[in-house]
Amino acid sequence: MNSWLNGLLSWFLPHLAGIILVTVVVILSVAYLTYAERKIIGYMQSRLGPNRVGKWGLLQPFADVFKLLLKEIVLPERSSVILFVLAPILAIVPALATWAVIPFAPHVVLANLNAGLIYILALTSIGVYGIILAGWASNSKYALLGAMRSAAQIVSYEIAMGFALIGVVMAARTLNLEAIVRDQSGGIGHWFLIPLLPLFVVYFVSGVAETNRAPFDVAEGESELVAGFHVEYSGTTFAVFFLAEYANMILVSALASTLFLGGWSSPLAGTGIPLLAANGLAWLAAKIAVLLFVFLWLRATFPRYRYDQIMRLGWKVFIPVTLVWLGVESLMIVGRVGPWFRGGLR
Amino acid sequence: MLPNYLTVLVYLLVGIVIGGALLTLGFLLGPKQPDATKSQPYECGFEAFQDARMKFEVRYYLVAILFILFDLEMTFLFPWAVALRRIGWPGFGAMMLFLLVLVVGFLYEWGKGGLEWE
Repeated sequence: MNSWLNGLLSWFLPHLAGIILVTVVVILSVAYLTYAERKIIGYMQSRLGPNRVGKWGLLQPFADVFKLLLKEIVLPERSSVILFVLAPILAIVPALATWAVIPFAPHVVLANLNAGLIYILALTSIGVYGIILAGWASNSKYALLGAMRSAAQIVSYEIAMGFALIGVVMAARTLNLEAIVRDQSGGIGHWFLIPLLPLFVVYFVSGVAETNRAPFDVAEGESELVAGFHVEYSGTTFAVFFLAEYANMILVSALASTLFLGGWSSPLAGTGIPLLAANGLAWLAAKIAVLLFVFLWLRATFPRYRYDQIMRLGWKVFIPVTLVWLGVESLMIVGRVGPWFRGGLR
Repeated sequence: MLPNYLTVLVYLLVGIVIGGALLTLGFLLGPKQPDATKSQPYECGFEAFQDARMKFEVRYYLVAILFILFDLEMTFLFPWAVALRRIGWPGFGAMMLFLLVLVVGFLYEWGKGGLEWE
């Protein structure tokens, strides 16, 4: 009995430590992503961005956190209190727990699941519940309208996103993310980006829409719906939604890097250049950073889409494009053609 | 294999704890001075004049149904995509037939205007 307990503990503690480490890093990244967002968009609009708290405003995210912690949490009188408080938790859990299957470096992954991609799809779908629950529980018109819009939008783009993932599965012949990255290692020529370029574009744009980011942010369009599903949220209840949204942005970038850009593998692998040809976390982080910059760049550049335009793009452009591409890709693979048929018959 | 899924379970619990802890901190540290106007639902400064849980646009419902259809289709595609090279032409043909049926339905929906938003 005692040795069984010891065995469990010796398994449990290192894993718990790993989980907490990853979570802390993600939360810190979120903090500095908000800083980067304000700074980058500031410079793109010829402003300075935050520059008062700490040198170059570097402590701004912490000031924000403390401010939000000290604010009153208002519970609207006609809301369903339990659901109202549950909603932000439902939003944050999938945004964090999906990191369990992301491979950070060769053999470094918290949970090496064979059904990794299915797990990701399953968890990211749960995020919708947080949003729709928030809108419903608030019992406020703006919140409900925002939640309906968000949910319909997320659900629509999830289909295109899922089809793009199937393209990756076809190329990699597995659902295991570690194996998917391994399949792409060995230099930039092995990335799935090359045979699956349309799917990468669909995946990334759907990712922007899934996270309700500009230019697809009608759900929280300040000018018409005030803040969308989280109008009634204040203090830390709002902070948790905010955390989830930004953690999801990082997650989408991490997944796009892992599935299409070779994850931790170096684009220069095999060239023998010291340091740069080595695989590792640094490459994954660099790829994520580039994609996150694109997120911010999009926000600074494009005006907001109208809702009917968003739905049209999702249903009438992305779904047909991905369906056709899946047909073409599978034809190429079964016909053993070109860059699509790679890695043999396994 | 099992320990991997246990890690996932632990991670889910950690997520719940983090979310819960943040909310609890907020409730503990923040002031609590509710008053009648503050706790009204926000409506651009007006007094809220009816319950927010009213009828909503039927298209949202339509989108939800379509989503279920396509999502189910996706779950069929996953195992097929993993095994594609082993099942070869027969597998390819079968899936194209399956997709054809769905595409016909999708085009019908499209033609009927089920995907229009104005």
